[in-house]
Amino acid sequence: MAKPIKTLVNGLYNLRDWVDSRFPLMKIWNEHLAQYYCPKNFNFWYFFGSLALLVLVIQILTGIWLTMNYKPSAEEAFASVEYIMRDVNWGWLIRYMHSTGASAFFIVIYLHMFRALLYGSYKKPRELLWLSGMAIYLVLMGEAFFGYLLPWGQMSYWGAQVIISLFGALPIIGDDLSLWIRGDFVVSDVTLNRFFSLHVIAFPLLILGLVGFHILALHEVGSNNPDGVEIKQNKNAEGIPLDGIPFHPYYTVKDIVGAAVFLIFFFAVVFFMPEMKVPGTQGLFLESANFIQANSLQTPEHIAPVWYFTPFYAILRAVPSQLGGVIAMGLAVNLFLLLPWLDRSAVKSFRYRGRNYRIALSLFVISFLFLGWLGLQVVTPFYTWMARFFSVVYFSFFFLMPFYTASDKDKTVPDRVTT
Amino acid sequence: MVNKNIDQSRRRFLTTAATVVGGVGAVAAAVPFVSNMNPSAKTKAIGAPVEVDISKLEPGDRMIEKWQGKPVWILRRTGEMLKDISSLNDKVSDPTSDNSAQPDYAKNEFRAREDEFLVVIGICTHLGCSPNFVMKEEGDSIDADWKGGFFCPCHGSRFDLAGRVFKGVPAPSNLVIPPYKFISSTRLLIGDDSEAV
Amino acid sequence: MDVSATSESKLMHMDVDLSDQQSLQRGAKIFVNYCLSCHSAAYMRYNRMGEDLKISDDILKENLMFGADKVGDVMNISMRHEDSINYFGVAPPDLSVIARSRGPDWLYTYFQTFYVDDSRPFGINNLVYKDVAMPHVLWELQGMQRLVHLEETGSVYYNPNYKNSLELVTTGKQTEKEYDRTVHDLVNYLVYIGEPIKLKRTKIGVWVMFYLFIFLVVAYMLKKDYWQDIH
Repeated sequence: MAKPIKTLVNGLYNLRDWVDSRFPLMKIWNEHLAQYYCPKNFNFWYFFGSLALLVLVIQILTGIWLTMNYKPSAEEAFASVEYIMRDVNWGWLIRYMHSTGASAFFIVIYLHMFRALLYGSYKKPRELLWLSGMAIYLVLMGEAFFGYLLPWGQMSYWGAQVIISLFGALPIIGDDLSLWIRGDFVVSDVTLNRFFSLHVIAFPLLILGLVGFHILALHEVGSNNPDGVEIKQNKNAEGIPLDGIPFHPYYTVKDIVGAAVFLIFFFAVVFFMPEMKVPGTQGLFLESANFIQANSLQTPEHIAPVWYFTPFYAILRAVPSQLGGVIAMGLAVNLFLLLPWLDRSAVKSFRYRGRNYRIALSLFVISFLFLGWLGLQVVTPFYTWMARFFSVVYFSFFFLMPFYTASDKDKTVPDRVTT
Repeated sequence: MVNKNIDQSRRRFLTTAATVVGGVGAVAAAVPFVSNMNPSAKTKAIGAPVEVDISKLEPGDRMIEKWQGKPVWILRRTGEMLKDISSLNDKVSDPTSDNSAQPDYAKNEFRAREDEFLVVIGICTHLGCSPNFVMKEEGDSIDADWKGGFFCPCHGSRFDLAGRVFKGVPAPSNLVIPPYKFISSTRLLIGDDSEAV
Repeated sequence: MDVSATSESKLMHMDVDLSDQQSLQRGAKIFVNYCLSCHSAAYMRYNRMGEDLKISDDILKENLMFGADKVGDVMNISMRHEDSINYFGVAPPDLSVIARSRGPDWLYTYFQTFYVDDSRPFGINNLVYKDVAMPHVLWELQGMQRLVHLEETGSVYYNPNYKNSLELVTTGKQTEKEYDRTVHDLVNYLVYIGEPIKLKRTKIGVWVMFYLFIFLVVAYMLKKDYWQDIH
């Protein structure tokens, strides 16, 4: 019993060495895992990077399998989704994993971004890391938008109609641009077909490339941490950071625990509440109106984008001018790109920041959540005023940042990480 | 950094346990994905048994039906055709169909429930092309002594009017006979041969 | 479309029970007898229903399949699209996923609140679906209702959930209680065909949760063990 196993193990080592002498296998392994030194004080907020990677894998796998049975034509799309849900073996599971995965992706990404705001992970020397992360986020929004059209339900159709019309609001080029995006005078079979192409191949390739860039950039500058201390400034004689521990095995085993907890939540949704039918909504992940086939002659009574776009949608509706709303919305999404340069504080982590930033960040989070909630509601004059108020708070976080961070009374940052 | 007294055997045990439990989960997760690629309920419904009306089939004629997406030939053989089949027993490679696929009731010289009707899947057992039906008088180019049969355009395999493969051609066995039964003297059910109706 | 936002408070509530196979079987019968002549359920296969509701192929063919000949067929109708538009003004929608777009409470209320309205082409209207194009196909079971004001009621059968209440003017074959059950069974069935896997889905989910918790425990012990090195 023991001997064949030993032979097998030796065989595997030999194979590894054979490959290693022809390909930098161990070099990559060491640089990115076994000898990649991370701060030892990562907390809860540091799970979401690896979880985003996990969701990406889930989306790609389930997406490949869905593509095997989905038909990207206006005639057949809606029926082919129901075909997947009923006739295809386990099709329902793979579809629910994909639809839940879309929302899970944004939850994980938003928490991952919030972590950067908490601990100043976008600050020098991690500006490019932050920009590449933002690029992933923007491409992901496109990916989600294209994917949402594919079930060809009423919400798919009218959601696409509205979002494409946003581009139509741009001066001079607007009309031609939205016509170009649709490829038709209305959202149609042509639009569906090209969105399918972009959703299953173009944008996934972009995301994969950007994720590779993001990870390489991270491993070049090294991870930030809850104390915002640069661990590379304190190294031992061998050049290993004193506060660093190798990613593998320590963070691999830790991230596996994080993945297990995540999967419990994820599959609880998949198996028990795939529509995420929170009272007062028509389903946050799968909307009830999307179980009616797209009809270009009739808009549903109540249409709202999927929850992950609603903060920006609320800002759009808050501005009483078409072009102004579109600009405000675009700005709201893209202002994050400027964070590394808007923030004038010398301190990274929330822990050692002064009162100004703490208050600003808290107000920002509150306004983001409120705007998200408002974006799901039917407009009333009162809600519109609330949306305007929170939009002002939202934008102030960015526009006033150079002032309140410069004048903030930051505390002294320790030399070494705590705990 | 590395602690002095680590229980290495406990660590090894936990690593193995996590690998095994995780591996079980990974295998279980693969099941839906593998199963997903098998025929769906719709495909199975389309592949369900097909009823065929053979009342208009003249002696000597052949009709083609689709079952599970495959061509099924129904050939109504004349007495002369049956005699021709018997005369070929030493020219075909598996005259008694010992190495070919057919239900038991079709494992005979004429490979049929009733001698008059040949019901056969029209797909060459070599590499899956569908052979052509070549009548006796049309087969000079295939064989000067052609008695009528099937000729595969892809790689030249030949079969007689009972779907038996000739010697010296690439096809390894006789054409496949699907399960079938007569519901009445003029109606045939292809794909189902169960006794209970 | 979305009804939850505007008329949720007005809806009657019904408890869906997908494990009640007898209710689903009765619902199937009502569905094929009263709905399937005009509405299709084109994503639902007869044999899937047979398998899930424990109905044999023979009973399926004899009692539930009128327009189809193979048990693997989907629930289509023979009425032509143009004919139905001529007749009703709109094509009756496919009902495969109607319970997923409308929700069970809406459907339950809908079937309960038809009333006489002479201004409509079929002489009928509905409280939750104003100016509905569909006639009250279950009227022979329920009877006909008329709209009354609260203070006038106290008669045979009225529905207290409505500001505008309803009372029976002609009685049907079924009592109020029997009709409630009929509607319950029908809606239960519509929920079932909306997502045939639903019952099984939650059962599988329990096992998946069970597995994941075990995995979590093992993973956590492993993590603890390694992290002794650091703490």
